[in-house]
Amino acid sequence: MKHKAHRPIRKALRTVGKYALCTAVAVIMLAPFYWMVTTSLKSYSKVLLFPPQFWPDPLVWQNYADLFGMQPFLLYMWNSVYIALLVCAGVILFSSLAGYAFAKIRFRGSSALFLVILSGMMMPVEITTIPLFLALSQLRIAESHFPLIVPQIFGYGGAFGTFLMRQFFLTIPDELVEAAKIDGCSQPGIFRRIMMPMATTAVATLLIFTFLQNWNEFFLPLIYLSSSKLYTIPLALSLFTTENGVQWHLIMAAATVSTLPVLIVFFLAQRKFIESLSMTGIK
Amino acid sequence: MTKPTSAARTARTLALSDSRWAYAFISPMLVGYTLFVLLPIAATLVISLTDWSLISKPSWVGLDNYRALFQDGEFYVVVRNTLYFTALLLPSNLAVCLGLAWLLKDRFRGVGLFRTAVFTPVVTSVVVWGIVWKYIFQTDNGIINVALRMIGVQGPHWLFTSALAIPIVAFVTLVKGLGMNMVILIGAMQDVPAFYYEAARLDGASGWRQFRSITLPLIAPSIFLVTIMTVIGSLKVFGQIYSLTGGGPGNSSYVFVYYIYQQAFRFYEFGYASAISAILFLIILILTLAQWNVRKKWVYHEA
Repeated sequence: MKHKAHRPIRKALRTVGKYALCTAVAVIMLAPFYWMVTTSLKSYSKVLLFPPQFWPDPLVWQNYADLFGMQPFLLYMWNSVYIALLVCAGVILFSSLAGYAFAKIRFRGSSALFLVILSGMMMPVEITTIPLFLALSQLRIAESHFPLIVPQIFGYGGAFGTFLMRQFFLTIPDELVEAAKIDGCSQPGIFRRIMMPMATTAVATLLIFTFLQNWNEFFLPLIYLSSSKLYTIPLALSLFTTENGVQWHLIMAAATVSTLPVLIVFFLAQRKFIESLSMTGIK
Repeated sequence: MTKPTSAARTARTLALSDSRWAYAFISPMLVGYTLFVLLPIAATLVISLTDWSLISKPSWVGLDNYRALFQDGEFYVVVRNTLYFTALLLPSNLAVCLGLAWLLKDRFRGVGLFRTAVFTPVVTSVVVWGIVWKYIFQTDNGIINVALRMIGVQGPHWLFTSALAIPIVAFVTLVKGLGMNMVILIGAMQDVPAFYYEAARLDGASGWRQFRSITLPLIAPSIFLVTIMTVIGSLKVFGQIYSLTGGGPGNSSYVFVYYIYQQAFRFYEFGYASAISAILFLIILILTLAQWNVRKKWVYHEA
């Protein structure tokens, strides 16, 4: 009996402990972001202050004005945005087409070809880079955005996209396709008018995932781009920090600007995003 | 002509035109994949058999690059650093991710918030993540050493100490990747039927005992998946190294991809760098095949 009386207390203690642990974890994970944003709002002299300011006083919003005043920064943003969007468009179009064919049409060699494309998910981009670089240099398009866009559509991104879209189209009943065929609808018609309108969630997931990958891509711009007007945000950021006399408050402002849009989209879509990633991770 | 045959014929022509459409639908992806992935991989293997640098015309040298590689002291440093990095990352990653997944697997108020917090670094760019930690690990004004100074301790020169370079990069990589692995393990833990736990509780098994005897064996395939993903990720680590240590101090944080980058795009030794790429490719291929095989076995085993 005595043992039973203690139960609610023990349970309450357990809950408190659990929340304390979870909060500690969350604080540790988010602390670097807090430090990034607060540093971006400090004046140059306050960055070096000892003891440090955990909350910037005064708040220097001017840092952001200065950042965008540095002319090329907007250009770097634009480069990153349009490259990522073009890759997204290509990945979504081509992997929806392929995913639909693999899921809903029977054809010879379908499973072997699917495995071939799937193997693209395992091929690290670093292994294909040297010959691509040499070939594109011969064609005189290495120093451009082409190598950051076109090969990216068909490598890891395309393989993942084809897999994701196939998984989605498999959940749509075959009867729908059959009924449309009986009504005289052609395959392109079925794809465009029936399948794609139903696939908005899968397409949104793919869009976010592909955008993130390419917005954050660093290795390829580092290798291909030497002229500063072609820089993307991650490349520009990494070059800022290797210069002498690092201006941490401006770098953190740039880091915040490049991270914030991504984080906002992620927070809005996080449940769907994490769910679909865990689905593709295991099965 | 009788009706059934005509119907069969229509069905056959329909199926034929269907499969034509299927080939049309997959061909852009297939052509692109061949052009930008399969051919370059084959080309890497061929280039690795040549002496190809910026100044000299490519010439056939057979396995010379591989022979040179085995006599290259720096390559041994690269292999050692990569192994050290993997050895640090793998166990800590598994332990922390299992703990986090166990903590956050059930639904309770606020769990989404906590999961999102752990996942946030995953969506952050590796460069931003590296730069923020570089700032945190600064010798003079980094928050860690500042905090140490406030309690009267002189902190080390973190990023400028050879022995600390790889451990720091491993730590920063660990924190960044936790969310992804945690999500996979949570998915696996949620698939474990609840009645196993109920039965264990009736038998008086403790929480730890339930975790060890029920959860661990049942999520083994996912643990294996996370292990392989972590090892492949360790072989490919680059962005963190580039933005945190730049390979240094000296060559104390040179790793595989960093060495490829250096040989190919700093020294323009394309043949030599391709040989390193080919070795990396071979290791990743073996790991991937192992993963597929084991996973297949487990899937049949479950069914």
